[in-house]
Amino acid sequence: ARACRSDSRREDFSRTPMMQFMLLFSRQGKLRLQKWYVPLSDKEKKKITRELVQTVLARKPKMCSFLEWRDLKIVYKRYASLYFCCAIEDQDNELITLEIIHRYVELLDKYFGSVCELDIIFNFEKAYFILDEFLLGGEAQETSKKNVLKAIEQADLLQEVCCSLPSSLGGVARCHERQDVSTARSSQTE
Amino acid sequence: MALKIVKGSIDRMFDKNLQDLVRGIRNHKEDEAKYISTCIDEIKQELKQDNIAVKANAVCKLTYLQMLGYDVSWAAFNIVEVMSSSKFTYKVSCSQLQLQSVDAVLITTIINSVSLPLVTQDLSSPNQYDTGVALTGLSCFVTPDLARDLASDIMTLMSHTKPYIRKKAVLIMYKVFLKYPESLRPAFPRLKEKLEDPDPGVQSAAVNVICELARRNPKNYLSLAPLFFKLMTSSTNNWVLIKIIKLFGALTPLEPRLGKKLIEPLTNLIHRALDLLYGMVSKKNLMEIVKKLMLHVDKAEGTTYRDELLTKIIDICSQSNYQYITNFEWYISILVELTRLEGTRHGHLIASQMLDVAIRVKAIRVFAVAQMATLLDNGHLLTGNMQRNGICEVLYAAAWICGEFSEHLEDPMQTLEAMLRPKVATLPGHIQAVYVQNAAKLFATVLRKQEGTTDSLAAQETSQLLIDRLPLFVQSANLEVQERASCILQLVKYIQKLQQKEVEVAEEVTALFAGELNPVAPKAQKKVPVPDGLDLDAWINEPPSESESEDEKPKAIFTKEEPKHTRPRHTEVDEKELARRREARKQEQANNPFYIKTSPSSQKVYQDQPGVEHIPVVQIDLSVPLKVPGMPMSDQYLKLEEERRQKERSERKKKEKKKKREKHGRGRRADSGPESEEDITPAHHVDIVTEEMPEVCWVLLQWPLTDNEKLPVRTHRPAEAVKSPVEAGNGESATPEPKKKKEKKKDKERKVDLSSLTVYLTLFFSHIVYDVQGNLQDGSQVVVSVIFENKTDHFLKSMEFNVLDSLNSKLQRPEGSSPHDGLAVPFQLPPGVSNEARFVFSVQSIVMPQKLKGTLTFIVKTEDASTHEKLDFKLHFTCTSYLITTPCYSDAYAKLLESGELKSSSLKLEGVIMPFHHLLARICFHHHFSVVERIDSCASMYSRSIQGHHVCLLVKTVSTQRVPCLEWMSSILESTR
Repeated sequence: ARACRSDSRREDFSRTPMMQFMLLFSRQGKLRLQKWYVPLSDKEKKKITRELVQTVLARKPKMCSFLEWRDLKIVYKRYASLYFCCAIEDQDNELITLEIIHRYVELLDKYFGSVCELDIIFNFEKAYFILDEFLLGGEAQETSKKNVLKAIEQADLLQEVCCSLPSSLGGVARCHERQDVSTARSSQTE
Repeated sequence: MALKIVKGSIDRMFDKNLQDLVRGIRNHKEDEAKYISTCIDEIKQELKQDNIAVKANAVCKLTYLQMLGYDVSWAAFNIVEVMSSSKFTYKVSCSQLQLQSVDAVLITTIINSVSLPLVTQDLSSPNQYDTGVALTGLSCFVTPDLARDLASDIMTLMSHTKPYIRKKAVLIMYKVFLKYPESLRPAFPRLKEKLEDPDPGVQSAAVNVICELARRNPKNYLSLAPLFFKLMTSSTNNWVLIKIIKLFGALTPLEPRLGKKLIEPLTNLIHRALDLLYGMVSKKNLMEIVKKLMLHVDKAEGTTYRDELLTKIIDICSQSNYQYITNFEWYISILVELTRLEGTRHGHLIASQMLDVAIRVKAIRVFAVAQMATLLDNGHLLTGNMQRNGICEVLYAAAWICGEFSEHLEDPMQTLEAMLRPKVATLPGHIQAVYVQNAAKLFATVLRKQEGTTDSLAAQETSQLLIDRLPLFVQSANLEVQERASCILQLVKYIQKLQQKEVEVAEEVTALFAGELNPVAPKAQKKVPVPDGLDLDAWINEPPSESESEDEKPKAIFTKEEPKHTRPRHTEVDEKELARRREARKQEQANNPFYIKTSPSSQKVYQDQPGVEHIPVVQIDLSVPLKVPGMPMSDQYLKLEEERRQKERSERKKKEKKKKREKHGRGRRADSGPESEEDITPAHHVDIVTEEMPEVCWVLLQWPLTDNEKLPVRTHRPAEAVKSPVEAGNGESATPEPKKKKEKKKDKERKVDLSSLTVYLTLFFSHIVYDVQGNLQDGSQVVVSVIFENKTDHFLKSMEFNVLDSLNSKLQRPEGSSPHDGLAVPFQLPPGVSNEARFVFSVQSIVMPQKLKGTLTFIVKTEDASTHEKLDFKLHFTCTSYLITTPCYSDAYAKLLESGELKSSSLKLEGVIMPFHHLLARICFHHHFSVVERIDSCASMYSRSIQGHHVCLLVKTVSTQRVPCLEWMSSILESTR
């Protein structure tokens, strides 16, 4: 029975999308975001995460951004204190994956306005939405930054409109916070 | 009931929302687990309430906890409940959660049973974002059952009016296909339609899906090839292109015809890659890259692509004056290998490269000649299917090189025979002409050899050979060939007559082709200064006066002349004509092997190498067989080169170790890191003549500086010896001082800047070289050009240059800044880069040397931090740095001396051992003098200061003791200008 199970799992792996999963973690090894495009058990996910975080963090800055891991390829890139790490199939193109990572970071940056780790911690759901608009089921669905951001903005708007009560998701709260900061700043300059 | 609701919402106000949760977790770093467990308890309470908003809030928090790795499957039912709400926000958060806990069996079953209608309801929701969220959620938890049930719904969505939905639906279909393959057949036509969707997002999604599907089973998708081909040629989206190429990679093995069609668009893509390569090469990787390219050349189908590769190889190798080539034997072999290409159009390109290299790299000539001789020998291979075959151009170069450098030929007789084969007559005319001419050169060489061995019979046989073979060329249809052949034929006949009379003719025949051809820089003419008193615009003979010419103008006899348009039209034609002539001249130069081609050369590139004679030329390794032109030998060079570098590296290491033992911790440079670009010394030296490179300075740099110190106007004079040229008369300033230390440093740097030899400062972070030059326009200004070189591994920025002004010299700062402000250096320095900045100083008195202290502040940017650093340096302004090299004629010079306005002084120097002309060259170069007249070991020299003071100098050698005697006449006339 066990053999059968492992077989079926391998079957799953071989018939999976280009990207298997994407992880975001900090330099301290804290997971900030995870997105799995393959069905795995929680236990398995945790194991993979732990293993990958360790491997990637141990690598020196000048080392290659690609590494082979199990039967997959890991493509990672560090932005400030955050590591963006993707797993792709061995036949897939690492460079385009790197490009996907970068595009995602650009999207985050545009949406949050010079994104930092805290943005992602407190607005993790936004980060997820952006990722969902950009990638779907492990495939790039929209290559236009403008379109992705437009979709996100529309969804944000929708969320605010249909929230008769103060938002529980923080989207509105965040806006207020931002506003406060900006007004504080402007008053300072005055 | 109402009360309950109100109570619920009031309660809510005290509930934690997601923000609070996140903040709380961050504040409880020590007891995170405990905090979370209390949170979970709260969430459980919240979930029990009726208020959907409260529940949604709880679910939101759960999503976060779940991401942190906490098990939330116990709340599955509530989650689905919340998801079923009609509020977008709640659903959004839930869809997030769902996909995180895909494998929870409970959830999938619940979804199947409970939420299926919800999801389908969502799918047909009028709001596109509702539907979008549903699709996104679905993408992660598609099960075979769900796939089966939803396939038709999703298919309908593929034709939704909103592209946003369409593209999501298309991508979801891929998941559905994987889980429920039966759906593929009915859905495929619609999927295919999507390839031509007007929205690029949908299109790229469709391409994605089909490419992924095709990778599993390419055969089924062959029919789509034309469609994809169209997409590939029309699409500008790189993401899509990569996918399509990947797809074609899977398809081509099944359909060989596809490969041929793909060549063109793919080569277009490859061109881009090749352009990248061009910028990527370095000394280290050049051989490797070219080797890879050669492999592609061998494999390439289609001549266009092959030609493209060929030109790229040559472009890459020859860029910036062969900057990256360290071994020219290797390069020649590459060129010879390239001649094996059939049907290339670029024969002339290879030929010009061969000529260029053979002429400019002296050390390579022996090797080149041997290779060219082999080429000539195998000429028939190249001319196989002639006329339309451009490669025979190579023979032009081969013949010329063999003829011109025939003294290096091993067996000139054999080559001569090869050049006179009847088959040669099938070659294009211009090549034949070169053959004939060079056969004559070879003939001279052969004669010399044969007469040397007193075998007069052999020499006569050689003449006979020419007499036999040349008539073939005399009959040539090409005039040039005919002319040269008949001329040479007569010459040889005459020679034969002399030979029969036992007259030795070799010397005279060789004299016909005597003299070496040297490369001349295209701008060499500019280097020659216009002598004083020569006005190029002045008429040599006065033109006949206007009135006269008008009077004498003969009347137009046949046509009526219109006098008015002669002038303007003339100039107009001039411009066009000029451009045309320039073009023609360029063309001519390009075809002329004696000209160096203009190439984008960076002037600094070659400055760090001494002259040709001083280069240790690697002996040609004869163990490398060079006989068959068809053999790929460049690989062997690659190996040899690696060995050589290995050896060099180990030697360098040894040296470094030695140095280390001698001096502890002196050198801060990495001692055994990966070899850097500069460390790879070329095996051969390219003879490059750029206009900035007067031969003299090479020579100057080679010598030890000992004697130079004794010159009265030493560049670095101690402050107490400060004497202006006027006062220098007493000669006490000539105290010799050891300056060797500085010289050594210079050698070690191996970095020589030609225009600035004054002082080298070796700095920890960056390396500054500077040069002080007088400003001709303004007598009170000098320009100091400083070369900053960053020798660290870090980025340097915000550099600020500041000098402590003295009474006499002041740094010119922009208006409004205080005298203590620094000047920002207008650039930043990435590691290993050097750049030049100019600073203007105003000087009051030029008769006293100056030493200015200064600081350079800058920011070093490292990986993690940036630090502010400071560097102290000194600038030496010596009296001679205010001199400007000015030519002077001897009569003007004599007048100047006669005028009696000069003050004079003299001094004697002992222990100068260098040859006299070297000494003069040094004075000229370092101290900006020019030689007026030189008689044996006595020379008079002249220079002028920026303020117009005349300085005359007489240098004499007292021959018995070999002591140069300097007579120092300097004058300060009040500025005459």
